[in-house]
Amino acid sequence: MNRRLFLTTTGALSLGAALTACGGGDSGGSSTAAKPVSQADIDKAMKTPTELTFWTWVPNIAKEVALFEKKYPAVKVKVVNAGQGTPQYTKLRTALKAGSGAPDLVQIEYQAIPTFTITDSLLDLRPYGASALKGQFVDWTWGQVSGSDGEVWAIPQDTGPMGMLYRQDIFDKHGIEVPGTWDEFAAAARKLHKADPDVYLTNLAANQVAAWHGLLWQAGAKPYVTSGKSDIAISVDDAVSRKLGDYWGGLAKEGVIGVEPDFTDSWYAALNKGKYATWITAAWGPVFLSGSAKATAGKWRAAPLPQWDAAKPSSGNWGGSTTAVIRSTKNPVAAAVFAQFLNSDPASAKMFATEQFFFPATKALLTDPAFVGEKPTFYGGQQVNQVFADIGTTVNSSFQWPPFLDQAATDWTETVGKSLADKTDTARALGTWQTRLTTYAKGQGFTVKGR
Amino acid sequence: MAVTTAPSAKGRRRAAGPLFVAPFMVLFVLLFLAPLGYAAYLSLFQERLIGGTAFVGLDNYVKAVQDPLLIHGVGRVALFFVIQVPVMLLLALLFALALDSGLLRLARVIRLGIFVPYAVPSVVAALMWGYLYGPDFGPFAQLSRKLDLPVPGFLSESWMLGSLANIVTWEFVGYNMIILYAALRTIPQELYEAAAMDGAGAWRIAWSVKLPALKPALLLTLLFSVIGSFQLFNEPNLLMKVAPDVISSSYTANLYAYTLAFTGQQVNYAATVSFLLGLVIVIASYAILLTANRRRTP
Repeated sequence: MNRRLFLTTTGALSLGAALTACGGGDSGGSSTAAKPVSQADIDKAMKTPTELTFWTWVPNIAKEVALFEKKYPAVKVKVVNAGQGTPQYTKLRTALKAGSGAPDLVQIEYQAIPTFTITDSLLDLRPYGASALKGQFVDWTWGQVSGSDGEVWAIPQDTGPMGMLYRQDIFDKHGIEVPGTWDEFAAAARKLHKADPDVYLTNLAANQVAAWHGLLWQAGAKPYVTSGKSDIAISVDDAVSRKLGDYWGGLAKEGVIGVEPDFTDSWYAALNKGKYATWITAAWGPVFLSGSAKATAGKWRAAPLPQWDAAKPSSGNWGGSTTAVIRSTKNPVAAAVFAQFLNSDPASAKMFATEQFFFPATKALLTDPAFVGEKPTFYGGQQVNQVFADIGTTVNSSFQWPPFLDQAATDWTETVGKSLADKTDTARALGTWQTRLTTYAKGQGFTVKGR
Repeated sequence: MAVTTAPSAKGRRRAAGPLFVAPFMVLFVLLFLAPLGYAAYLSLFQERLIGGTAFVGLDNYVKAVQDPLLIHGVGRVALFFVIQVPVMLLLALLFALALDSGLLRLARVIRLGIFVPYAVPSVVAALMWGYLYGPDFGPFAQLSRKLDLPVPGFLSESWMLGSLANIVTWEFVGYNMIILYAALRTIPQELYEAAAMDGAGAWRIAWSVKLPALKPALLLTLLFSVIGSFQLFNEPNLLMKVAPDVISSSYTANLYAYTLAFTGQQVNYAATVSFLLGLVIVIASYAILLTANRRRTP
């Protein structure tokens, strides 16, 4: 025991020393940011022939990259698709551990940022002028990419404020109004399923922790609060979470909503065949759905999420990603400039909205009439982008992610998700989720506050 | 001349042996022994997100042998092995005997037909079966609804192991059949002639001549099946997406090791679990070899 303690302490000490050597610092609390890089140094770096490797799953991103290479001909960007989401993170983590093979830049979702900052894998972009971009991006996105000491860990690329897509025809047929509150939503769920047992108002996927986190976010929950490097308060079964648990667990138990896993063949078929009258989704949902449920074109509309308090409209975020620079890069200046250019250059940012149909993260695009004025026929000519742009302004800006999101997600699926699917006690499952996460966090050396 | 060349030819021959074996040995060391040694080394440490790496000796092993998730996972694959493997090998044997009997028409088409599923990557197979098993729009569900029968719950808790066994059987019957069929083709014709002279019919020949001759091949397929069963990963990993409430991240021991390493970032504990799983496989294989050998020598 003594020897173990000794070894652990030395391990921590050497890690601390390494951190200090790197000049980064969120270990001390009041750390000093690295010195800004001068404009002359940036100009010099951008004229030096350099090759950057960029892992991203964005289709056809070569078009945006070409804009950058046109402006900075000396810098070449090699785009690599290393998988989408978790598979990419797994590869990245392996490369980081191996000490070679990691790219200079990666696409990374908001929720995964703390998972990589805890291992000191991302480069603070402040010295390269990233702080100046703050005003261009939607407020809450900047909170998501910022560290506890004001570090800028990544540049926002796209977002997913949550809203509700619904079938106008099914609502009309059964005389259902668009629910403005979650109470109205529950009543509509019961009414619809009673009227037609083959149809459900919605599906809360038992495998979709991201949707659950988004709903927690909307409800104002603070499930994970980190302070310093090793302190975390986990409260995934507090009063707000229980309210959600009782609500969704209750509807699932009554059998008036579906709980089938999403993004599966069966789920696509269900959306196409009108099994679900709404899809609680995010701003990327409209484009996604119009590609996946072609049979239902023209029948869908968009609306904000139902509210817990109609007087104070609020929403959460589901999805969206950023561009981050890996700390081990040999060309930090060029990489940091690329990350900023890619997402903040007006032409490049606009291209994401028009080529990849991403939901923008910049304020300029969200007020651009060409973007918000679009009237897709799939949604009966409704200005869907405007609906989600309005929702975006109601997203709470203080939501935090844990530094071990993958574990939180797996544990959720096996506790809360399972309770929804099996129609068992969701409130109790929340307690199990809390216990499992707390045990895990303690095992990983965190100081867990609260429970 | 002859006197001088003889020793050098012998010498060359002596050098040739190790040379031929060398590529195998290099790969064996690089791809098998080295990772094994590295895993053993890793399993003696504990790396944490906060606090770094510490040497913990055999602590991980002590934890693993008491870990209910690991024990359940191993138990589940053991149950799977006990039920699925006999069914699969019996089917493979029947197909091999039927093909070998020469009584089937279109034997080559049938042989290929049975073998084809093996050529389908298991990921594709799991996706395909995931769709077929679907409770809403899967063909079996739709058919049952048309016939006013209850929809079979292929993806439910009580059926899942059977559904997985069905996929694995479908995938590997053809592979095992080919091994057995190849073994049947090597049996000397004289044995059949002798048996026929003694008045044995087709069934009698199959039972008393073919089956005993197949024993080594059967043992081989059985050993492959032990290893395959205990390493069960792809099929549950993919069906997990359509039945996340039934297949947990520790459903099989291999899945558990994967989850530990890539979800929980507990690489060291994952190495321990893998090492123990390897040990279980070695013991199971050895036990089978031992019992088989004992039966052979009276």
